[in-house]
Amino acid sequence: MFLTVAICALIVVSGAVGSVQVSLREAGQIVVGHMVPGMPWMSDGSLTQLQDQAVWQFRLPRTLLAALAGAGLALAGALMQVTVRNPLAEPYILGVSSGASVGAVLVIVAGSAALGGLSLNAAAFAGALAACLAVAMLARKNGTLSPTRMILAGVALGTLLSSVTSYLTISTDAQNVVSVLFFLLGSVSAATMTSLIGPTIALIVSCLVAALLARSLNVLMTGDESAISLGVNATRLRGLLLIMASLLTGTVVSVAGGIGFVGLVVPHIARIIVGADHRRMLPVTVLGGAAFLMMADLLARTIAAPTEIPLGILTAFVGAPFFLWLMRQGGAEKAGFGR
Amino acid sequence: MTAESGSVVGLVGPNGSGKSTLLRTLYRAVTPRRGTVHVDGQDVRALTGRQAARTVAVMLQDSPTDFDLSVEETVMLGRAPHHATFGRDTPEDLRIVDDAMARTEIAELADRMIATLSGGQRQRVMLARALAQQTPVLVLDEPSNHLDIAHQHELMSAVRGLNGTVIAALHDLNLATQYCDSVVVLAEGRVVALGPPAQVFTPDLIRITFGVDARILGDAEEPVFAFRRLDPVGASTDQVPHE
Repeated sequence: MFLTVAICALIVVSGAVGSVQVSLREAGQIVVGHMVPGMPWMSDGSLTQLQDQAVWQFRLPRTLLAALAGAGLALAGALMQVTVRNPLAEPYILGVSSGASVGAVLVIVAGSAALGGLSLNAAAFAGALAACLAVAMLARKNGTLSPTRMILAGVALGTLLSSVTSYLTISTDAQNVVSVLFFLLGSVSAATMTSLIGPTIALIVSCLVAALLARSLNVLMTGDESAISLGVNATRLRGLLLIMASLLTGTVVSVAGGIGFVGLVVPHIARIIVGADHRRMLPVTVLGGAAFLMMADLLARTIAAPTEIPLGILTAFVGAPFFLWLMRQGGAEKAGFGR
Repeated sequence: MTAESGSVVGLVGPNGSGKSTLLRTLYRAVTPRRGTVHVDGQDVRALTGRQAARTVAVMLQDSPTDFDLSVEETVMLGRAPHHATFGRDTPEDLRIVDDAMARTEIAELADRMIATLSGGQRQRVMLARALAQQTPVLVLDEPSNHLDIAHQHELMSAVRGLNGTVIAALHDLNLATQYCDSVVVLAEGRVVALGPPAQVFTPDLIRITFGVDARILGDAEEPVFAFRRLDPVGASTDQVPHE
């Protein structure tokens, strides 16, 4: 409830912040005016076209993308953690981001034409899925997906792909390096309304499925054998979760780059606040991830204005101290930090 | 082998004799290469996962605590097979969970996290979870492992007081004798003896299967065993040592 209010407030605040002067009230008017037809302030000339454009075409899409990316990565992280039953898991553990990076960097370095006209986003998405598939195939043995093999295969393949990315980056023209770094660290500055479509669909579908599976996720936490004895087919559930988390992460990474930290830490923060029961923890994770990344994006484009800081730097720089502080507080044992 | 409805059956045998594997075929963690397992005339492989979990509950030895749930949340997992995947806990669920926690004497631990419990307390939580499944068949895999003597007896008499059929792998022959209606002795994956414990557990059988010497104390109806290491050459240590 609190988080929902916070997200709405953040949409308006981030609409008002930037080089074109827009007041909080005007930002709110523009957002509402575009969604509800017939609002008087849209046509009475009180808002300039420049203001309207800045809010509706630039600030709002990126804020929404930040929200979608935050929610998507946090949810994918939570699912991945229970899938491999490891608190250190995150959305990128299966090489999704390293795969996406290779795809994106190839486009930046070699140009879109060299890859058959593939756009940067499409190439990143293809890379992400290819990496996931490879890891799943490498980790499969006797028809089961062992969490440990998945983690190890993901780490090994991720390292391999990172070395490819590094080589491409270092051997390219200096002017490309900044764009490469911006992708690797993650940014939502290039957001348009159309780029939101993929992540929106992926997020909505994932949220619905996750809500249906919440009880089974609790069961899966207690181990495969225990899950079987409680009527949950652990291998099948794990496969479904993997596909879902990978698609979700892939769609986010392909438009927003490799934003780190959100997927690892937001689920833990949610567990510290409401406990590990997925029925309570998943909604907090999704909304918390959205609010966290919107806030981070707001900071990313204000604190060093007019230059912009890559989002991934901020998420880690602000998020890590906050998380460490929270971890030291009482109540952290709810998230399994009591040992 | 057959377990009578409502009886307590003990599986005994040395380490690696196949007790756990036999139990795992019952709750479908493994598929038997030959033979079938029937509960109430129904092949367990023919059931869906959730149907099976409403038929056979298992108290496993331990579970990972990477992500920690509270005691009450853990016991509530036992209600999972009774629900559609998404659904709120009903007042009946809460009543069943409270009852299971009361019967295993963990009610005062309800809000504690599993990771903070002792081995014995965790074991009782696992039993409560299995009880909350409300199944006609309860499987216990070495249930008294981490328990002190008093709690071993409390657990076994609690199990004894259940209405359902209980199949338990046990290491302690005295516990098996006291609380089981019948026992099945396994060695190297085969059943070597079965029947009422007082008849099955003869010093001969114990020496052959477990490789220890057993002396029977108490009367023949309620025997109590004392064990000793078998002398290397096979002679009983009660006898005069050879030269």
